[in-house]
Amino acid sequence: MTVAPEADEELQAAFDATIARHDRIEPRDWMPEAYRKTVIRQVAQHAHSEIIGMQPEGSWITRAPSLRRKAILLAKVQDEAGHGLYLYSACETLGISRLELTEMLISGRQKYSSIFNYPALSYADVGTIGWLVDGAAICNQVPLCRTSYGPYGRSMIRICKEESFHQRQGYELLATMMRGTDEQRAMVQESVDRFWWPALMMFGPPDDDSPNTAQSMAWGIKRNTNDDLRQRMVDMTVPQAEALGVTLPDPDLRWNEERQSYDFGSPDWDEFKDVIKGNGPCNAQRIAHRRRAHEDGAWVREAATAFAERGIA
Amino acid sequence: MTGIQGDWPLYEVFVRGKRGLNHVHVGSLHAADDEMAVRHARDVYTRRNEGVSIWVVRSDAITASSPDEKDPLFAPSGDKVYRHPTFYDIPDDVPHM
Repeated sequence: MTVAPEADEELQAAFDATIARHDRIEPRDWMPEAYRKTVIRQVAQHAHSEIIGMQPEGSWITRAPSLRRKAILLAKVQDEAGHGLYLYSACETLGISRLELTEMLISGRQKYSSIFNYPALSYADVGTIGWLVDGAAICNQVPLCRTSYGPYGRSMIRICKEESFHQRQGYELLATMMRGTDEQRAMVQESVDRFWWPALMMFGPPDDDSPNTAQSMAWGIKRNTNDDLRQRMVDMTVPQAEALGVTLPDPDLRWNEERQSYDFGSPDWDEFKDVIKGNGPCNAQRIAHRRRAHEDGAWVREAATAFAERGIA
Repeated sequence: MTGIQGDWPLYEVFVRGKRGLNHVHVGSLHAADDEMAVRHARDVYTRRNEGVSIWVVRSDAITASSPDEKDPLFAPSGDKVYRHPTFYDIPDDVPHM
């Protein structure tokens, strides 16, 4: 069916009015093609990040130092899988299939958060990832609960409820290590030194170098700019670091009385771009692992399909 | 909205949070058959005691109204204010009404 130009304008006006009311767009509503594409890109990238995000910490499950820590880590990694599934489910309401999404991830055509291309080298990293990486994710995700695309917002509400456990278990893990030996304290500091800057990069490039931000905010998909959220993260984290007894590796970090906020240095944006381009420490490994898991699971999917078909007959 | 060949069917998931409440739509998932859909729904949507009962139904079995708010489907209720209790003037001194 071809839509007359005036009808198209009417649909656009109805869409704009919904956005202007801060109301939600729902799956079967008319939406501009560019809006649909932008939401698919953002939600898919978010879903892929949850799925790839299982890997750095997942490698520590078998080496967790106690049954308590192992059970916690297992539950956390399982949550990341769940978050990926909520988001894939939201993304599919826009008319893209799960298989397409999986294939775009393992062929490298869609991205995931650059943070997961860094390795988890020590057990302290499990704590630091919970504290800083999930902390940054929470900063990013809380405003997304009000994003304009309904299914995305509803996924974010579920995810935010669960992320709080992730951050707290990480902080508690680090606090426990900080009450331990000098060697354990050094492990925590070394881990924080490695993760601080990549965690700040999670909010994306600075506002003056973020071409999609303005349109995404106009559509209500994003609610805050990258730099706003980064500032919020720094302001929240500094007192937590003090309570923990670790130093954040930024010589320019200091309280600004006038702004009632912390001034801080600039992440290495060349490194950020390089990691996004595929040259991070673990890019190839992460995708290879995801691809292998998908391919190794093929026989299970085939068997279940065959079983289901037999049931119908 | 059909997926590439190889995707399992899509199911919509409804969870009853506790006794006395309705089942509420919580999201969707893929499964090879109904039984697997219930198991996956448990793993994906009720990891923290969010439910006491799960319904799953294949998405392609759902018939929905048109999403357009101006749809004449809802128009008949628009001008019937007398269906609401606030339509009626009752003196303030009449109790229990």
